[in-house]
Amino acid sequence: MLTEEEKKEIEAELKEYEQKNAVCIEAMKIVQRHRGWLSDEAIRDISEFLGMTPEELDSVATFYSLIFRKPVGKHVILVCDSVSCWVMGYDKILQHLKTRLAIELGETSAEGKFTLLPVACIGACDEAPAIIIDNKVYGNLDESKIDDILAQYK
Amino acid sequence: MEQPLTKNIRPGAEPLSLKEYERAGGYRAVRKALTSMAPQEIVKLVEESTLRGRGGAGFPTGLKWSMMSKVDDTSRPRYLIANTDEMEPGTFKDRLLLEGDPHQLLEGILIGAFAVQADIAYIFIRVEYSLPFERLKKAITEAYNNNYLGKNIFGSGYDLELRLHVSAGRYICGEETALLNSLEGKRPIPRAKPPYATTVGLWGKPTLINNAETFCSIPHIINNGADWFKRLSRSEGDGGTKIYGVSGKVKKPGFWELPMGTTLREIIEEHAGGMQEGFRLRGVIPGGASTDFLVEEHLNMKMDFESLQKAGSRMGTGTMIVLDDKTCPVGMVLNLEQFFARESCGWCTPCREGLPWIEKILRDIENGHGNPEDIDMLQEQTWLLGPGHTFCALAPGAMEPLESALRYFREDFEQHIREKRCPWR
Repeated sequence: MLTEEEKKEIEAELKEYEQKNAVCIEAMKIVQRHRGWLSDEAIRDISEFLGMTPEELDSVATFYSLIFRKPVGKHVILVCDSVSCWVMGYDKILQHLKTRLAIELGETSAEGKFTLLPVACIGACDEAPAIIIDNKVYGNLDESKIDDILAQYK
Repeated sequence: MEQPLTKNIRPGAEPLSLKEYERAGGYRAVRKALTSMAPQEIVKLVEESTLRGRGGAGFPTGLKWSMMSKVDDTSRPRYLIANTDEMEPGTFKDRLLLEGDPHQLLEGILIGAFAVQADIAYIFIRVEYSLPFERLKKAITEAYNNNYLGKNIFGSGYDLELRLHVSAGRYICGEETALLNSLEGKRPIPRAKPPYATTVGLWGKPTLINNAETFCSIPHIINNGADWFKRLSRSEGDGGTKIYGVSGKVKKPGFWELPMGTTLREIIEEHAGGMQEGFRLRGVIPGGASTDFLVEEHLNMKMDFESLQKAGSRMGTGTMIVLDDKTCPVGMVLNLEQFFARESCGWCTPCREGLPWIEKILRDIENGHGNPEDIDMLQEQTWLLGPGHTFCALAPGAMEPLESALRYFREDFEQHIREKRCPWR
């Protein structure tokens, strides 16, 4: 069941679109904000509310890289692996993050603190290599900068 | 040198508020357009300005707008979409415009919407652009509060509703028909063309889709005229200024608003400061991942749609990525094809099956497991996945850097295969 708060937030989006199912992306992001990720149950809840079948909604959910169908950590680190960042030292940055967090891409660190995911070009090519943590972009990275940044996240 | 698009942008500072933007001459063009010009007159002016779409394809903007005016006017609502799903690797120009001067985009959208008599406008923005989103949202609220959006704008009797749609990641959403499906809440695979969006677009209604940078040029054309706009450019038939960018191992990576048709050499050597110490330029991808490599001999070419087409490449988004002599060209192409393979929507077979296969062959070559016949096989793929063989332009775009790399850096591919290793490692 969607919570009252989730329902209210989704309903507020309805006026932005001509058809109800067009709200589905926003609805999934709303529920994801509340629950961290979208379980099968969450997909059922949202699809019921929007008058879609769960399969139809899941075909949309699984298409997008930032709709999470598996649990993620408290903070999501998106590592830009596109060409400008690659030229400027993506490999080193990724290796350092993997070593520091003791995880591979797609995994979550101990105590569920960080999830490490790849992301396509984030438009920070002039500050490559770059990553995003939650909503914040960090550019011109090197190993020691990454250590300082990670220390800021509790 | 005039820099109309970026004159209000102050790096590192908050963008102009509505009042500040107006004091700087903003919202003058839209007042003029809505209260003293006929929609057809605006379309004609934009046609005369020779503005071409800044999203990458360079389609003449005025022509696209005129296609909207030919559509049955009773088919309502009519839509306008500003495509700011900027995800082309190496591209960061729309982010600058959204973050730096959101009211300029709103003004351009308003004029465009009035010119094609749209009822509802959407700004389609990628979810990773948090700061641009916040700033746009604030600007839209300001515009509504001042009745610059909504009903009877500037007392003209024209109504426009503007909505901000935030996507959830995936490169294909920038393809305009995939964008339409995405906005409708469907799985965003591209649609067959024709019909084009101007006839059958969002929810089947006539829809104008332009890139953010395109809309940002519009207020200046209204204020200063088509001839002025053409004179900004150093190229014939390709008016205005362009936001160019450079990334890679140059001294000063960044972006600059320059006359359309500025040469690659001037952009790289003067504005980006040339190569970093100890690095030599080997190649340039001129306009995002899906454009062909150019090399040293092309540096005196003008960065405009026609010149680069003649050189066998495309201007694309105008934001270049430089390949230096200490970076492996095979590795770079592998990185690009890995991106395209991952971002393929999976709808048509050549793209879904072909791109991962190409990625695998390239990875084998890069890791020293390549075979001499691999090069011919890759060459054949560039034809199989080329124009006309796939449902949309994603795979043909992916073939551009591959095909040109095989042409200009063939010896590097052969060396990997011969020596069974990557010489750069």
